[in-house]
Amino acid sequence: MPPVLELKGITKRFPGVLANDHIDLRLNKGEILALLGENGAGKSTLMNILYGLYQPDEGNFFINGQPIEIHGPMDAIHAGIGMVHQHFMLIPVFSVTENVMLGEESVRMAGILDQESAAARISELADTYGLSLDPKALVRDLPVGLQQRVEIVKLLYRNANILIFDEPTAVLTPQEADDLFRVMKSLTDQGKSIIFITHKLREVLEYSDRIMVIRRGKVVGEALPSESDQASLAAMMVGRSVNIESDKAPCAPGEPVLKVSDLYVSDNTRTVTVHGLSFEIRAGEILGIAGVQGNGQTELEEAVTGMRDPDTGTIEFLGRTYSKLRPRRFVEAGGAHIPEDRQRDGLILSFSVEDNMMLCTYYKPPYSVNGVFDRGEIYENALELIERFDVRPPNPMNSVGNLSGGNQQKVIVARELSRENKLIVASQPTRGLDIGSIEYIHGQLVRQRDAGCAVLLISSELDEIMSLADRILVMYKGKAMCLVDRGQTTKERIGLYMAGVKDPAEKSEKREVLS
Amino acid sequence: MNMRSVTVESSIHARTLKVRDRVIGGVLIFFALLVYLAFAAAAAPETSSTFIMSRGGVVRGAMGDVVLPSRVVLTVVSVFLAVLGVALFAVGSRGRSGLFLLIGGAGLVFSFLVFVSFDKRINFASLFNSALTMSVPISLGALSGILCERSGITNIAVEGFMLVAAMVGSIVGSVTKNIWAGLLAAMAASCLLSLVHSWLSIRYKVNQVISGTVINIFSLGLTSYISSMYLQNIQALNKTPRFPTVSIPVLADIPFFGPVFFNNSLFVFGMIILVLIFNFLLFRTRWGLRLRAVGEHPKAADTLGVDVFKTRYVAVLLSGLIAGIGGAYFSLGSVGRFDEGMTAGKGFISLAAMIFGGWNPIPSFLAGVLFGFADALASAVSILGSPIPGQFINMLPYVITMVVLGGVVGKGVTGPASAGIPYEKE
Repeated sequence: MPPVLELKGITKRFPGVLANDHIDLRLNKGEILALLGENGAGKSTLMNILYGLYQPDEGNFFINGQPIEIHGPMDAIHAGIGMVHQHFMLIPVFSVTENVMLGEESVRMAGILDQESAAARISELADTYGLSLDPKALVRDLPVGLQQRVEIVKLLYRNANILIFDEPTAVLTPQEADDLFRVMKSLTDQGKSIIFITHKLREVLEYSDRIMVIRRGKVVGEALPSESDQASLAAMMVGRSVNIESDKAPCAPGEPVLKVSDLYVSDNTRTVTVHGLSFEIRAGEILGIAGVQGNGQTELEEAVTGMRDPDTGTIEFLGRTYSKLRPRRFVEAGGAHIPEDRQRDGLILSFSVEDNMMLCTYYKPPYSVNGVFDRGEIYENALELIERFDVRPPNPMNSVGNLSGGNQQKVIVARELSRENKLIVASQPTRGLDIGSIEYIHGQLVRQRDAGCAVLLISSELDEIMSLADRILVMYKGKAMCLVDRGQTTKERIGLYMAGVKDPAEKSEKREVLS
Repeated sequence: MNMRSVTVESSIHARTLKVRDRVIGGVLIFFALLVYLAFAAAAAPETSSTFIMSRGGVVRGAMGDVVLPSRVVLTVVSVFLAVLGVALFAVGSRGRSGLFLLIGGAGLVFSFLVFVSFDKRINFASLFNSALTMSVPISLGALSGILCERSGITNIAVEGFMLVAAMVGSIVGSVTKNIWAGLLAAMAASCLLSLVHSWLSIRYKVNQVISGTVINIFSLGLTSYISSMYLQNIQALNKTPRFPTVSIPVLADIPFFGPVFFNNSLFVFGMIILVLIFNFLLFRTRWGLRLRAVGEHPKAADTLGVDVFKTRYVAVLLSGLIAGIGGAYFSLGSVGRFDEGMTAGKGFISLAAMIFGGWNPIPSFLAGVLFGFADALASAVSILGSPIPGQFINMLPYVITMVVLGGVVGKGVTGPASAGIPYEKE
């Protein structure tokens, strides 16, 4: 029997980059194929070609052994190929039904929509594959896990047989991810075939039937999960052996640096998103804030760095209580901030590297003397930081917008860590970066900790929290689910806290009874 | 801890509500004082205000005048507003402060009408009827904007569309002596401009605000030039027949409501029908679903096989056609000729109505009627003569627009997510 999908010699060039270099791929019926590779390895390009969003420069597609041409998403849909995008292709203000039927609407005469029959078909599909969904709900009211199900139902509604998942677990809690993989299993059991793209080694080993590794646009190897481990896959993915676990000395906490008591913060829509949070961080320790994105971490980050006024509660920084903390006061007192949205809050993209590297203290010597910039000093400073933090390309005059994501992050890290810091607030510091940059930034944070700096690490990557933090606070719906020492907990427990399970021990017992 | 945080959260929420209630309570008490001190105190005990309840020249549905004792009525309104205001302070509105504001506004406007008609007669029926008539360009402009923006193209060029349509409608109407030819020509002219807007913003991805501004400036320049060069000198080019007034059988005989609502220019009925039709099309048909999808998340629509560019072109051109009808109202529906700059910012006010109505046809139409009422009020008062200088009265429609946009709408209403962002296919 021929494979349901076969790609032969797919090549795609972008100006200056060979994104896909003669890639061959086979997908068998009922199989989950994992496509593993670093950010920028060319996985998403390949899938976008398959889905018709890009046109390949060379190469052929075969479905069930028959050659086909794909010139746009519609061709892919007709060929039975569907894609769950990393950033959902959903319209928040539309209902589930409207989202699912868009482009393939069921209509009565004269193009008048027939929502009922579409909703009935959605319920039927959802039941078949064990996805419970309310067709009338507005998508914006659904949690992320359910939104993803809407995406899946969208594909099933179009009779897709080959489903592509692009980084499907990036936005999910560990439990939601487990649910997703259960759904994927039930899909393959009923004859669908799945390609899933990821850079997370654990998922690949646990859930796929076969693994294909891509590096710099080329297929560098294939593996079976039963015959591989994380270290071997990581080496294949990066091209050298990597240190997955960061080793660090036990922490030696000193005086309290930041003390947050009974903090309430609202977001821009005046919804209270941080509900009475209290914690303290001592010099020389890393406090990890774990939690699925959107549980109040952003507002917490903004409140402790002075970007947002809390509703009530106090922030005590180095013994001083601030009623109105401001970013400049925060910096002058010895704070450093690696913001969640680096392009919005961390950099001015149209400015040069050297200007971005003095942004927080531009008004002070040595950058500024009597209100006039000392350009020579600014240039020297940038050269030194570029060298120390390995920013590429090493040109201080380059505009930051032209750098890759990893190098943009290095510019921020260089600027923030080059000062004498007492506290570092780092939010999602490695999001979207390759393994090399992640290793580097993790190393820097640990070094600062060892030098006696307090670190508040906010991350939705559980692995990052587990490997860096000395203590862990889990946020769920703006509240602290727990505050524990790293050594006294497990990843599974933290995962359950992230899903809002109050007492994980209880829940897991219940699960056992049920199964 | 759980219980506590819930109470703190609700107290934070309650605090914002309470502040809002107090502000609006204060406003109502201010209204009450204003009504009492400025209006009621100015009335002598025997002063009376007369409201004429029939339109001049309209026989069907006529009814007698209403004569009110000014001082008593104003005092009652003032006390009523004060009680409402105090109630807001003491009890709160339970989240319905908007309703209180609406009642307060209505009370103030009513008092003002009583005040300007001290010992005079104000035509109440005509006032409401002209509110409806004057809302035609505003509501149609809003509908035009809605179609365009719901598809993801910002449209601030409604003013320019209407201005050119008004001129072309007048010229063609004058030359052919045919109102329908005038209307079609007006629609075609405005559609042509919208084609330019769609090219600039869809094909060439020009910033849509700039494209709209350019079209507005171009339209003003072009129409002023043609008007001063030709229309003012050659009568035959600028004297068009107007659309007739139509009365609806039976309904037109209802006292007061008949003359106000059911005896109107064809434009008024046309506007209402268009609003209803497009409301249905936007929310109940495949075409509308796709149009809205393209305005919210064009990439999602594209991956599902919806042609983003085609959908947007159609929407912008339809927007032009509708603005064309709105523009034709000025010359073919209202005065029967074209004057320089005769749209007088109505196109921009219609965008305010669009926003006030949350990009939905029916609420935007109601907002258009509100702005039309402000217009009608300004002209009624200036005819009657009042102690307030005419310039201030003429500011009324614009002041109301600013108050509505800044105070009532605020940050809460958001438009289509992708309006103003050109779509780039990868």
